[in-house]
Amino acid sequence: MAAVSMTVNGKAVTGNVDPRTLLVQFLRENLRLTGTHVGCDTSQCGACVVHINGVAVKSCTILALQLEGANVLTIEGLAAPGAPLHPMQEAFRENHGLQCGFCTPGMIMSSLDIVRRKGNNLDEHTIREELDGNICRCTGYHNIVKAVAAGAKAMAKS
Amino acid sequence: MSATGIGAAVRRKEDQRFVTGSGHYTDDINRPGQVHAYFLRSPHAHAKIKKIDAGAAGKMPGVVAVLNGTELATDKIGNLICGWMIHSKDGSPMKMAPNSALAVGKVCHVGNAVAVVLAETLAQARDAAEKVKVDYEVLPAVVDPAKAQAQGAPQIHEIAPNNTIYQWHLGDPKTTDAAFKSAKHVTKLDIVNNRLAPNAIEPRASLAEYDSGADSLTLWNTSQNPHVARLVIAAFVGMAPEHKLRVIAPDVGGGFGSKIFIYPEEVVCLWASRKVCRPVKWTADRSEAFLTDAHGRDHVTHAEMAFDAEGKILGLRAKTIANLGAYMSTFSSSVPTYLYGTLLSGQYSIPSIYCEVDAVYTNTVPVDAYRGAGRPEATFVVERLVEVGAREMGLNPADLRRRNFIKSFPHQTPVIMAYDAGDYLASLKKAMEIADTKGFDKRKRDSERNGKLRGIGYSTYIEACGIAPSQAVGSLGAGVGLWESAEVRVNPTGSVEVLTGSHSHGQGHETTFAQLVSERLGIPIENVSIVHGDTDKVQFGMGTYGSRSGAVGMSAIVKALDKVEAKAKKVAAFMMEAAEGDIVFKDGKFTVAGTDKSAEWGAVALNAYIAHKFTGAELEPGLKEGAFYDPTNFTFPSGCHICEVEIDPETGATEIASWTAVDDFGTIINPMIVEGQVHGGIAQGIGQAMLEGIVYDKEGQLVTGSYMDYTMPRAHNLPSFKVGTTMTKCPSNPLGIKGCGEAGAIASPAAVMNAITDAIGSENIAMPATPQAVWVAIQRANGARKAA
Repeated sequence: MAAVSMTVNGKAVTGNVDPRTLLVQFLRENLRLTGTHVGCDTSQCGACVVHINGVAVKSCTILALQLEGANVLTIEGLAAPGAPLHPMQEAFRENHGLQCGFCTPGMIMSSLDIVRRKGNNLDEHTIREELDGNICRCTGYHNIVKAVAAGAKAMAKS
Repeated sequence: MSATGIGAAVRRKEDQRFVTGSGHYTDDINRPGQVHAYFLRSPHAHAKIKKIDAGAAGKMPGVVAVLNGTELATDKIGNLICGWMIHSKDGSPMKMAPNSALAVGKVCHVGNAVAVVLAETLAQARDAAEKVKVDYEVLPAVVDPAKAQAQGAPQIHEIAPNNTIYQWHLGDPKTTDAAFKSAKHVTKLDIVNNRLAPNAIEPRASLAEYDSGADSLTLWNTSQNPHVARLVIAAFVGMAPEHKLRVIAPDVGGGFGSKIFIYPEEVVCLWASRKVCRPVKWTADRSEAFLTDAHGRDHVTHAEMAFDAEGKILGLRAKTIANLGAYMSTFSSSVPTYLYGTLLSGQYSIPSIYCEVDAVYTNTVPVDAYRGAGRPEATFVVERLVEVGAREMGLNPADLRRRNFIKSFPHQTPVIMAYDAGDYLASLKKAMEIADTKGFDKRKRDSERNGKLRGIGYSTYIEACGIAPSQAVGSLGAGVGLWESAEVRVNPTGSVEVLTGSHSHGQGHETTFAQLVSERLGIPIENVSIVHGDTDKVQFGMGTYGSRSGAVGMSAIVKALDKVEAKAKKVAAFMMEAAEGDIVFKDGKFTVAGTDKSAEWGAVALNAYIAHKFTGAELEPGLKEGAFYDPTNFTFPSGCHICEVEIDPETGATEIASWTAVDDFGTIINPMIVEGQVHGGIAQGIGQAMLEGIVYDKEGQLVTGSYMDYTMPRAHNLPSFKVGTTMTKCPSNPLGIKGCGEAGAIASPAAVMNAITDAIGSENIAMPATPQAVWVAIQRANGARKAA
């Protein structure tokens, strides 16, 4: 077992983990932050996307021990309980960009990274290409694409 | 229409928890003292198990137990069953082979569970599983359904000679043969309906907990129908009596049929939990999902359609071999029979139909219902035959369809179904307008100028949903009734809980069902909660599949609401000292006809419980009513999808240039949610047509076992969809709902393939039409043209 310390959703956390523990396991099992999901075992589905030091990362592709001192943001960190939703969360809700909800946390975290990299005026083609790393089986992506565009716009205003 | 009532695009109540990551899926749940299960699975498609040696594994760190199928049998845990009896045309019953949750003596597909390792952590269980030694005698395997019945093919189960489960038929062979003899033109097609993996993004998971004090078991499970799971696990597997088994299906991350079935892992977790007296948790990884979730489709079909000189369809015949995999999954027998053969009339008036289906075992994962289940296969047969027939006869495909559409209702087809309502001309017309089919020739010329091929394809589909009248399905072999239950509990303060046997795993029932209650009782939607997915809360239910939750589940709620309203009127009559017959209930208010007396909903609810205005002899206190609704017919959603593709002949790369869907779902409760269902269904159908396909090699190894190999539709593979509706109310249920969940997946594969074959000028291409397949088809067609 090995010790690791990092900041998750603004809070300092420490853990004593088996060295092979992935970040997603650390988040789900040690911290009980179960909003980050596991949908595959080949880093394809994107349900586990979180932000590490401001950049989207599939949390199944990195060991918890690699994140000593890192700043991690998960879906639970976007809006405090009872507080208004983040504009991107609100856009997914408003545009029916989710059905079963399982891919949704990863979709939202990836979408925020798209906005960071590509700005607030996103066309459909860009959004579809940039969502390559996130799989949804329910929505056919139609409303996810609408949600990302709307969320990106709303973020410019907020 | 109120802002939250029937027909309003109400934003979903469940989304707050999903967009904030606060849902509770099965794998999110943990129980104190739980151990983790890891299943050791067969690496061979077909082999005898000579010996299992778990000695070394049992000594590995953290290991609590290693269990196998022999111990399961010793504990008298019964086999999994298929719950729909199909008889062959000779009258013999289907050949259901033993299906133990852990293999006994023999494995029949790669991934067949052989043993389970329980350990303190999942990593320890995995490590220990590597130390389990299994001595296999490998046997030859058969994976191709078309070869399963051949002489000399490997025999998988003793009970089923030639790997044949049943040889079923439907329709009249004599009149159909006569129709073909009198035909002016016959169109013939060989069709492979490709095998698919359902791939709900949440993998299956089970968490079982034994309470030794109460001698009862609780199972948290990724299920679309927790009550059916409990019934099967109690009554057939014999795990525990029904009243000692609680099944909870919490938030479930998609199903598409794959989470209907009772799987080995949930049985083993329950058994193991009692055995080691600790909670046992298992979550599939995606590789396990590919190896164990029931697959879909996998038909090999020869089909023919007979036309007269005017293009009127005289008859249809189809011979299908359906691959059911290594074991018969829960409802597998019904899919290629009563969910397939019965839909072969499509939207057309066809005097004679004859369908033969041989179901076979192969050394592959079991095959069962996947979104559409039989109806996509039927639609593909009918819509490809009509399209190709039109091309062969030089007729416009839309005209040929119009000529043959059923135009008056009710309409009895020659294959059981009695269509109750529809307007196929209307949906075709509207779809053609939205798709601007008049402008297609110009767009085709534009594409040609850019060196591209352009094609257009129609699919005018029908499906039978709202599954289904219990007496009817019972006569066809179903082991269960297919009604639905509801209970409406009004609280003293007027808020309402609805307990439903339907189960939501993405469909948004918490919103749509609440819309119904809000409209009916005139109360804010926030004051309504929908409770589902727990056998301790909801007394019984049949679950969600077959696009049935609206048509059947909501009808049960309507029935219960009728009773609640009747009782509330009695209460209001006592409150206002009026005759019960004079009480009018409208917009959440009870009034006495012809007076200015009124009582609000909340006041009546409170009076029902405080019971100050009536004696117990006059009226029973409380306001809670239940209902079971058994449908009177299937429902028949229908519509027209039009796909336009543009193909680069140099690479075969195919782009969907536009997609139009016009569907008739009857009454729509929430158009936003319905459109979402259509989008998702179309995506799965486009996936089948262009991207997806399970591949086994000759030895039965799964080649497409991960998202690296199996092509899931991604955002850039798909267009935005143009979605419209037409409406004929369903006359068979109180709300007029037909159902919308499967339509997209049923309609779309034929539309895609009709468009691609139109573009390349050849019918000689199978699904999935990958760029390589399209390129090869183009070269083949060019070669044939040069030779001619």
